[in-house]
Amino acid sequence: MILAMLLVLFAQAATAMVPASIFLRAGAIAAEPAPSDDLDIGEVIFDHVLDSYEWHITDWKGKAVAIHLPVILFDHGLKTFNSHKILETGEYGGYHIASEGEAHEGKIVRADGTKPFDISITKNVLQLFINAILLLMIVLLTARWYRRHDALREHPTGIAALMEPLIMMVHDMAKENIGEDYRRYSPYLLTVFLFILFSNFIGIIPFFPGGANLTGNIACTMVLALFTFFTVNLTGTKHYYKEIFSPDVPGLLKPLMAVIEFFSALVKPISLTIRLFANMLAGHIQILCMVCIIFIMGKMGMAMTAGATAISVLFGIFLDVLEMLISFIQAYIFTMLSSIYIGMARQKAE
Amino acid sequence: MNLITPDSGLLFWMVLIFGIVFFILAKWGFPAITGMVDERNKHIDESLRLAEEAQVRMSKLAEEQAELIAQTRQEQGRILKEAARARSEILAQAKADAQAQTAEMVEKAREQIANERETALRDIRRQVALLSVDVAEKVLRAKLDASPEQQALIDRLTDEAVIPNEAKESITS
Repeated sequence: MILAMLLVLFAQAATAMVPASIFLRAGAIAAEPAPSDDLDIGEVIFDHVLDSYEWHITDWKGKAVAIHLPVILFDHGLKTFNSHKILETGEYGGYHIASEGEAHEGKIVRADGTKPFDISITKNVLQLFINAILLLMIVLLTARWYRRHDALREHPTGIAALMEPLIMMVHDMAKENIGEDYRRYSPYLLTVFLFILFSNFIGIIPFFPGGANLTGNIACTMVLALFTFFTVNLTGTKHYYKEIFSPDVPGLLKPLMAVIEFFSALVKPISLTIRLFANMLAGHIQILCMVCIIFIMGKMGMAMTAGATAISVLFGIFLDVLEMLISFIQAYIFTMLSSIYIGMARQKAE
Repeated sequence: MNLITPDSGLLFWMVLIFGIVFFILAKWGFPAITGMVDERNKHIDESLRLAEEAQVRMSKLAEEQAELIAQTRQEQGRILKEAARARSEILAQAKADAQAQTAEMVEKAREQIANERETALRDIRRQVALLSVDVAEKVLRAKLDASPEQQALIDRLTDEAVIPNEAKESITS
C-alpha cells in the first residue's frame, strides 16, 4: 500500500510538471509577435497535435493536398457528409465549426452552439484504424508463424523473431507482477503495450499514413486507462476491496485510510491517462518547435537561417531519437503499472 | 479543438476499435504465441534437465567403468601370479618326476648291468673251468707223471682255479 501511495504521488508530481512545461513552451511560442507573413507558430503546432476533420498531407503549388474525412453526426437520426463541405465555408446543413472562444472550439456544433453526438472519422480516428489494422496484421502473422512451425524444433524467424522478445517481455512482466492467474491478463497487457508502442512510433513518422498524435490525445489514453481501471476493479479479490474500504489500521484511522485508499484507486487511471498523454504530446510539440525554429529564423537573413537550420536539424534528430526511446518507455510504463495494479487487485489475504 | 477535453467521437471509436482489437488478439493472437513459447521454454528446461541427468549418469558410468577396469586389473594380476605359481609348481613337479624316473631308470640299468656282469662272469667262469678242465685234461693226458714238478704244477693250477672263484663270489655277494 505504501508502494501504491508512492506511485500515486510520483505520478501526480510527474504529470503536474510535464504539462506545465508544455503549456509554458507552447504559450511562449504563441505569444511571440507573428512574423510579417502571418506565420503563427502556435497555430501551426496546435494544428499538428490536435485532431481535425481532414488529414492535411502537404501543400502542392499553393493548394492543400488533404484527405477529406467523413463527418458522422447523431442528431435526431444519422447525418453524414464530407468534411470539405463544412471546412470550406465553415457552415453546412445547419451546423458550423465553433470558433475560438466558443464552448466547443474547432468542433462541429449546431446553430445554437450545442454539440451533437459526433462520431466523425477524424484524423485521429483514421490513424486509430490504421494502427489497429497494422497491429492486427503483425500479431496475427506472428501467431500464424507459430501455428505453421514447430516452435520446439525451429527458432523463430522473420516476424516471429521480431515480435517474440517484445511479447515475451510483457508476458513475463505479467507473470512477475500478477502471479498465478497471469494468463488471464497477459493478452490484455500485450494488446495495451503493443497498441501504445505502435501508436507512439507511428506518431513520430512525420507524413501520411503516420504522424497523427493519437497517443498524445487525452481521449485515447483515457480509454486505455479506463480499460485498465475496469480490469483492475471488476476482477479484484475480496482482500483488495477490504484493503480499500476497511484497511487494517487502528479504529480512528480507518475512515481516513479508507478515503485515501478510495481516492488512490480513482487517481490511478487519471495518472495513467495524463502520463502517457502529456509525454507524447510534449514530444510532438518539442519536435515541431525545432522544425518551426527554421521558419522563424528564415525571416532574419541567410546566415541566421543556415545556423538555425543546422542547429534545428541536429536537435531535431536528437529529439526524434529521444522520442523513440520515450515511445518505448511510456508504453512499457503504462503496461507495467497496469500489471502492478492488476497484481495488487489479485492479492489474497495472507 | 481542445487539448485536455476528451472528444466523445474519439472516445467512442477508441472503445470500439480497441475492444475489437483486444477481442481478436486475445482469441487468436497472443495465446497462440505465448502458449507456444511457454511450451518451448518448458521443453528447453526439460531438455536441460535431461542433459544434466545424462551427464550425471555418464559420469557414474565412467566411474563404474574405471572401477571395473581396476577390478579386472587386479584379477589379471592375481591370475598371472597364480599362473606363474602353477607353472613353477608344474615345473618343479616335472623336475621331481623326471629325477625320480631317472633315478629309477639308473637303478634299473645298474641292476641290469650287475645282473649281466654276473651272468657274464658266471659264463666266463664256466668257460674258464671248462678251459682249465680241458687244459688240465690235455696236460694230464700228455705229461701226467708222478714227478714232483708235475705234482707242484697240479697243485698250483687247482689253487688258481679255486681262488678266482672265491674272489668273484665275494664281489658279487
